[in-house]
Amino acid sequence: MLWEVDIYPAEGQPDLIARQVADSAADMGLGGDLSVSSARGYLVQGDLDRQQVTRIADELLADRVVERTVVAEVGDAALDEPPGVSGGCEHLVHVVPKPGVMDPVAQSALAAIADFDIEAEAVRTLKKYWIGPLSEDRLELLCSKILANDAVEQVIVGPLEFTHLEVGSPYTFQPVTVAIREMDDAALERLALEGQLFLSLIEMQTIRSQFEALGRDPTDVELETIAQTWSEHCSHKTLAGRICYEAPDGQRQFDNMLKETIFAATMKIRQAAGDDDWCVSVFEDNAGVIRFDENDTLVFKVETHNHPSALEPYGGANTGIGGVIRDPMGTGMGAKPICCTDIFCFAPPDTTFDELPPGVLHPRRVMQGVVAGVRDYGNRMGIPTVNGALYFDLRYLGNPLVYCGNVGLIPREMSFKEPQPGDLIVGIGGRTGRDGIHGATFSSAELTSQSETLSGGAVQIGNAITEKMVLDVLMVARDRGLYNAVTDCGAGGFSSAVGEMGENIGAEVHLENIPLKYEGLSYTEIWISEAQERMTLSVPGEKWDALRGLCDSEGVEATVIGRFVPTGRLVLKYDGHQVADLAMDFLHGGRPPVVRNAVYTPPQLPTLSPPEKDCAGHTDSLLKILGSLNVCSKEWVIRQYDHEVQGGSAIKPLVGVTNDGPGDAAVLRPVLDSRRGIVMSCGMNPRYGDLDTYHMAASAIDEAVRNCVAVGADPSRIAILDNFCWGTTDRPETLGSLVRAALACHDVATVLGTPFISGKDSLNNEFRPEGADEAISIPPSLLISAIGQVDDVARCVTMDLKEPDNLLYLVGLTHNELGGSHYALVEGLSGGAVPKVDAELAKKTFTTLHRAIDAGLVRSCHDLSEGGLAVAAAEMAFAGGLGAEIRLGDVPYPVDRDGRAEQEMSAAALLFSESNSRFLVEVQEDKAAAFQNLLEREPFSFIGKAVDANQLEIFGADGLPVVQCDLETLKEAWRKPLRW
Amino acid sequence: MVSTDHLITTMPRPNVLILRAPGTNCDQETAFAFEQAGGATEVLHINRLLENPRLFELFQILCIPGGFSYGDDVAAGRILANQIQHHLAECLAEFRGAGKLILGICNGFQVLMKSGVLPDHNAENTPPATLTWNDSGKFEDRWVRLDVRDGKCVFLHGVESMYLPVAHAEGKFVTRDKQVLADLEATGQLVLRYLPQCTGREKTPADCGWRGAGDNSHDNKFPSSMAAYPDNPNGSMADVAGICDTTGRVLGLMPHPERHINPTQHPRWTRGEAAEVGDGLAVFVNAVAYFA
Repeated sequence: MLWEVDIYPAEGQPDLIARQVADSAADMGLGGDLSVSSARGYLVQGDLDRQQVTRIADELLADRVVERTVVAEVGDAALDEPPGVSGGCEHLVHVVPKPGVMDPVAQSALAAIADFDIEAEAVRTLKKYWIGPLSEDRLELLCSKILANDAVEQVIVGPLEFTHLEVGSPYTFQPVTVAIREMDDAALERLALEGQLFLSLIEMQTIRSQFEALGRDPTDVELETIAQTWSEHCSHKTLAGRICYEAPDGQRQFDNMLKETIFAATMKIRQAAGDDDWCVSVFEDNAGVIRFDENDTLVFKVETHNHPSALEPYGGANTGIGGVIRDPMGTGMGAKPICCTDIFCFAPPDTTFDELPPGVLHPRRVMQGVVAGVRDYGNRMGIPTVNGALYFDLRYLGNPLVYCGNVGLIPREMSFKEPQPGDLIVGIGGRTGRDGIHGATFSSAELTSQSETLSGGAVQIGNAITEKMVLDVLMVARDRGLYNAVTDCGAGGFSSAVGEMGENIGAEVHLENIPLKYEGLSYTEIWISEAQERMTLSVPGEKWDALRGLCDSEGVEATVIGRFVPTGRLVLKYDGHQVADLAMDFLHGGRPPVVRNAVYTPPQLPTLSPPEKDCAGHTDSLLKILGSLNVCSKEWVIRQYDHEVQGGSAIKPLVGVTNDGPGDAAVLRPVLDSRRGIVMSCGMNPRYGDLDTYHMAASAIDEAVRNCVAVGADPSRIAILDNFCWGTTDRPETLGSLVRAALACHDVATVLGTPFISGKDSLNNEFRPEGADEAISIPPSLLISAIGQVDDVARCVTMDLKEPDNLLYLVGLTHNELGGSHYALVEGLSGGAVPKVDAELAKKTFTTLHRAIDAGLVRSCHDLSEGGLAVAAAEMAFAGGLGAEIRLGDVPYPVDRDGRAEQEMSAAALLFSESNSRFLVEVQEDKAAAFQNLLEREPFSFIGKAVDANQLEIFGADGLPVVQCDLETLKEAWRKPLRW
Repeated sequence: MVSTDHLITTMPRPNVLILRAPGTNCDQETAFAFEQAGGATEVLHINRLLENPRLFELFQILCIPGGFSYGDDVAAGRILANQIQHHLAECLAEFRGAGKLILGICNGFQVLMKSGVLPDHNAENTPPATLTWNDSGKFEDRWVRLDVRDGKCVFLHGVESMYLPVAHAEGKFVTRDKQVLADLEATGQLVLRYLPQCTGREKTPADCGWRGAGDNSHDNKFPSSMAAYPDNPNGSMADVAGICDTTGRVLGLMPHPERHINPTQHPRWTRGEAAEVGDGLAVFVNAVAYFA
């Protein structure tokens, strides 16, 4: 029997879901007079009577204080009765998860029903809507754009037709070999594409030769394993490959581009540090590891989950954060996750529906889905999300970016791992299903309007609680010494996890032992599934009973799936049949090197001359920048994340007199009885990349580091991560722009003494709309994430102005650098000089300013970034609820030997230039002398005061006001755009 | 760390059971807060109690901390609440009957409400009250000022007002009808109410120009809401943030006292607004002191 329980808001209670649907429909222009009612519901299958189902409905599924239920068997007319009095042309719409899609609530409900001593076979959730009045075609639009996502859900208009829930059907073993030896090049290419292997011809040829030499054809699972191991996602073959780079300033040949730029910077810094080297493990494990205090090390990893998020924003972001949390959990002997950071790039949310190419979700929906996905996973895991940023550009329309990062803490002596020959291979956590098949290879492909249908399996929904349960037992098992090594099942699933762990040993896996979510998976599907919430452990035989007992005691599934055997081979078996036998050497070392050309040609840029403006004009520019999407308040996002769980919050993402000003970096104490803190920040500016990716990368590093320094981090203990998201690097000019950015990473990091400890790249971020010849590439998007440290969080500062009459100092030099600026954006100007970094000067400035903060000389400090001095001053003022007076005539800028300005400095340049390495600092009058003495050798000057007034006033070099505005107006302009 | 030496002195250390379930995630910091207050804590998985309900006897204080027990799947706190109702109701009744203390924070409050521990269980067919979805329809993390109704609640003894963070999606307190609300008010159980904050810097309710819970001059019988969103962050009836049982020994609250026991947890400590000890510590100190 299939029962349905519909749950409606009780009379007088708000229908929140219906309200959201009606609002979204109005946004889409589907009419504001739409009447919507909603119900959530459950389909319960099993041999149950009405009394039992009613009891479940009353005592488990519904909240009788605020909800009412309708209970009936599917097909019963009672289920088709519209709620309330609204009759007329009503449509009934059901939305149910597609078979095989993770439905955590249904899983939990099934277990909770069993706790009533009632046995149900299967449960599935549903959503139900009553909608009217609306024409059929508009209803279809509403269903596809708002109510459901075809990647994971199915829509049924009218009564439900099925009477049985799909629960899978048995699988009969059928070995498959691929006759690769007889294929010509055209056939190989076809196989690579149609089999979703996404390998190049030369790689396919290498596989063919390998099997020719072996005198047999590969099985399907062998081919899949090779494709996954060799995928861009898993092997970083482009950036870690040979590149011939040509630029106007010369040619350079790389054997391994990443190693010779980014890793090289870290190597130099570590060598220079000698015995004081505080890097522990870099670019080796699942995350970078650095020293924290005498007891613990910190691990940090940032990943992207772009393509899944484009197709299913909620699930994509959900599993993105879930996946990156498993990286620290799978680093060393397993770290405890202590905070998350999330950075997203979207098209502007006010993009009209007419501008949307087919197959593309509206950016507003993408943004809401992504934020909700990160929220629901991070919050459930109990990991504070403390840092983030949003960037908007129309080029992210078909290919949004979702960067998710996680920091973990691990006892120092557990920072490394070593699987041993003879160890059991143990899988713990979630079960394996068809979800996520081909995720690793799919991420290497260009998105098209067809991606959704072709790669639906790559889209998943996470189940955070399963991962939290794994984490709970993992920490205990680690401390009890129950395993020798751990790694996460990420892209490539068991294939990658076992392949990597057993790389230097060899492994034999019995696929039929892997627990499945439902019947019917082939041996290949089991092996390559990327189902979430799974970890792989290397367990000595004598520890297995203890580990199994621990897992059982908390309801976590643990299974022996094989053994690491010292054969140097990867052997897979299914029910006694051998289905794969690959040499580890070939798998990990047999990939032919990728050789690529990279070219950099500087763009011809016009000079930028700011238009003449008066005070009202400049004030208007300031308000427009404050109200631009990248700069405006992100409170709507931030408050949806729990940024205080674990109890260590010391500087929150929102600061100031009303807890809503934009902090530069977050600070938290990961060890509750210690004062030592970690500082989280980031830097990114895709707009500069259109002018010059070298200076874009340099600026991103400077921004990430100065955000950390602004709250009090010690600049000699800041580590950074690189995440390159780029277009298709098959084009030499696209790869050239990336190489140029990597060169800047090397140069700036080396001078600052800021090591890269981990990184990741995501290439091929392009979207080809239906029928279009050319794909739309995202702008070059390099995210730099920084992790800093402070000895005592009580010495940190925030950016909000504190007291009237305090002095304001501008630290750092202002250049005429309006190229790529937000001033240029809001004024519609192009060209100009892109902000550069003087790394030597930056290092000095950061060091000295840190000394001033550490000595307690600074009341508030804010870094100057998008919108320059004017925006920083405005933010400090409204965050502190205090006015400010600033004199542009005193702003320090570079001068020649005669004391004349090197560049022409217009009022616009002084106000809005985005020159790097600058801070606006508030100092109490009685500490001014000490502050000035300390900064003596740095470029800085006294440029104004905090005042007990409700106004920001900025005066030009001639002493006349160039900006005048009250705080409410400034703040409202800043808060309005994303106050959803 | 804040010195709590003055708190511990010579009192015996009561045993505190921090109950965790799959998805509980505030257990560590809640245990830390109890330790700071002088309690001896033990974090135990629900499965241990299901195996051996007599374990309750070892403890004087039970705390169900925040988090998302069983993912808050179905409804916040519901599945853990059902487990308690189905398997541990008797032991819990004994625990209460023995004059011991029960504290539910955030998800723990939701569990106490949905298992009928709060408000005091009554035999009627429909539960008297619930915690449901925030009016905003989403999870929100923000700081709130709370008015404390002086009176019977052991945990809130001597506390006038608290400044604490909330972080939840389902914290809207709703009663079955107005009479239930009036009855809870009459018995003094509506002990924590969200206050209008004006600027958020007021130290007492009077600073906000409000006379406090239970003193709604326009309608004495049915307490009403005085705080608008976001001061009342979820749309709770009568701004209710926490309630106790008729004995005062069981308290459930949505805000997180364990997230404000230390000055640098205060959102404006850099502005000099934090006291030496965070407002929330009193809740734990009072509980421990009860067994002195």
